[in-house]
Amino acid sequence: MKIRTLGRHVREGAKNLGRNGWMTFASVSAVSITLLILGVFLILALNVNHIAQTVEKQVEIRVFLDVLADKTIATQVQDQIEANPKVDTVTFISKEEGLEQLKKRFGQNAKLLEGLEDDNPLPDTLVVKAKVPSETASIAKEVKGLEHVEDVSYGEGTVEKLFTATAAIRNVGIIFIVGLAFTAMFLIANTIRLTIMARRREIEIMKLVGATNWFIRWPFFVEGLLMGSIGALIPIVILTGGYYYLVDKVNTSMTVVFFSLLPMNPLSYQVALILISIGAFIGIWGSMISVRRFLRV
Amino acid sequence: MIEMFDVWKTYANGTNALKGVSVKIDKGEFVYVVGPSGAGKSTFIKLMYREEKPTKGQIFLGGFNISKIKERQIPIVRRSIGVVFQDFKLLPTLTVYENVAFAMEVIETPTKLIKPRVMDVLGLVKLKHKAKMLPNELSGGEQQRVALARALVNNPGIIIADEPTGNLDPDTSWEIMKLFDEINNNGTTVVMATHNREIVNSMRRRVIAIEGGEIVRDELRGEYGYED
Ligand SMILES: Nc1ncnc2c1ncn2[C@@H]1O[C@H](COP(=O)(O)OP(=O)(O)OP(=O)(O)O)[C@@H](O)[C@H]1O
Ligand SMILES: [Mg+2]
Repeated sequence: MKIRTLGRHVREGAKNLGRNGWMTFASVSAVSITLLILGVFLILALNVNHIAQTVEKQVEIRVFLDVLADKTIATQVQDQIEANPKVDTVTFISKEEGLEQLKKRFGQNAKLLEGLEDDNPLPDTLVVKAKVPSETASIAKEVKGLEHVEDVSYGEGTVEKLFTATAAIRNVGIIFIVGLAFTAMFLIANTIRLTIMARRREIEIMKLVGATNWFIRWPFFVEGLLMGSIGALIPIVILTGGYYYLVDKVNTSMTVVFFSLLPMNPLSYQVALILISIGAFIGIWGSMISVRRFLRV
Repeated sequence: MIEMFDVWKTYANGTNALKGVSVKIDKGEFVYVVGPSGAGKSTFIKLMYREEKPTKGQIFLGGFNISKIKERQIPIVRRSIGVVFQDFKLLPTLTVYENVAFAMEVIETPTKLIKPRVMDVLGLVKLKHKAKMLPNELSGGEQQRVALARALVNNPGIIIADEPTGNLDPDTSWEIMKLFDEINNNGTTVVMATHNREIVNSMRRRVIAIEGGEIVRDELRGEYGYED
């Protein structure tokens, strides 16, 4: 395609937006409203996922070594566990460190623990974190079978319930967002189809005088792209503004400390990118399938 | 220029619109296509600019076998034909000038060639002074002249018209007919379906009469021949 022709298509596509003012308004509104709803759910889902992740990350396995294990054995066991590809980190806590931590936790009542230094009853401990939190149980099982491992503990039962809950939340979120995206597509395609219906005469004449099908399609392509992108800009501005306000409120508020919202950056950029892409895609897709019907000879 | 060999057209609903039409139209001819309503005139016209495909038979037009061509070649064929209709088919949001220039733009004519050529054809149809007006500011005859200018602007070898005077009063019809005659005198082939008895009878050009999907008469200096 010649540059001059490309310029003509872009100009023509942009001009058509103005010429079909009300139809453009209808299409852009349809895109805006659906993408706004989609964006709200996207942000919600991403944050729920984030909170679920924060909770999941706190899950760890405590591996208690038997009393006979000395420093060398502890290192061996640590190496063995680290060799497991599902394992992220292994931290060694000696019985002395363990006691220190315990004393700290007892605070004022630490005196109760006095005298234990000489005959420390605590075992050496390894703290294991899984790469994928849901693998915790299976790692624990494998570690338990190792030599010199007395016992493992990871909050059996509670952890499984936690993972079932977070998985359910994620699946519902995905289904919701996919469903919403499809609704948006059909809504927009329909609106755009109406704008093209109103212009079938133009297409008919273009074909009569010998315009190629692609020549006819290009301005509609540009138009769909512009409508979709403009339609995405409005919810992006609203969502970014709203989220900025919300993050400010929630993350600085002292009363809610057990979770934090995802930070503006990169979330707002990610959401903006997703919405622009979806908007542009459905705009183009909507106008292409609609124009196709009028190109058949 | 245009040749049909045993052309049949059956529409999707089963209507047999044309039943074995064979005809040869030479370069530079002026042909009236006449016949009662529903005879198949419009179908005959539509086959020529490949709006419809023949069910059976061959159609040759300006070197193309248009009954065989691929979909993407249709635009190339259309560029050698100008088409004019009863209802003008102008774009209401474009000015007279833009309506005509549009036909050059969409076949990617270099910009600097467009303006002089559009002004030329607008001169030919005597509408230069109304170039900036919108179609709904013009009379029916003027609108048809714009449509004719658009059909001519890309210098087609053939002009095809389906009842171009169907919506016009007798005086205006004559005006349009004179333009077609002028265009034909400049060497362009003209094929026109019409119900205009008076014009056909006084122009005395070739007349092809279609009845019930068949050519029943083909005379070089023919008459309309119906009393409708
Ligand atoms: N798209 C179509 N689908 C089905 N039948 C059609 C179609 N177009 C035309 N016909 C039928 O084909 C026959 C010929 O129609 P055509 O339009 O060619 O007639 P015509 O000679 O142009 O008539 P008129 O003088 O009224 O314009 C008619 O019986 C008509 O009903
Ligand atoms: Mg007809």
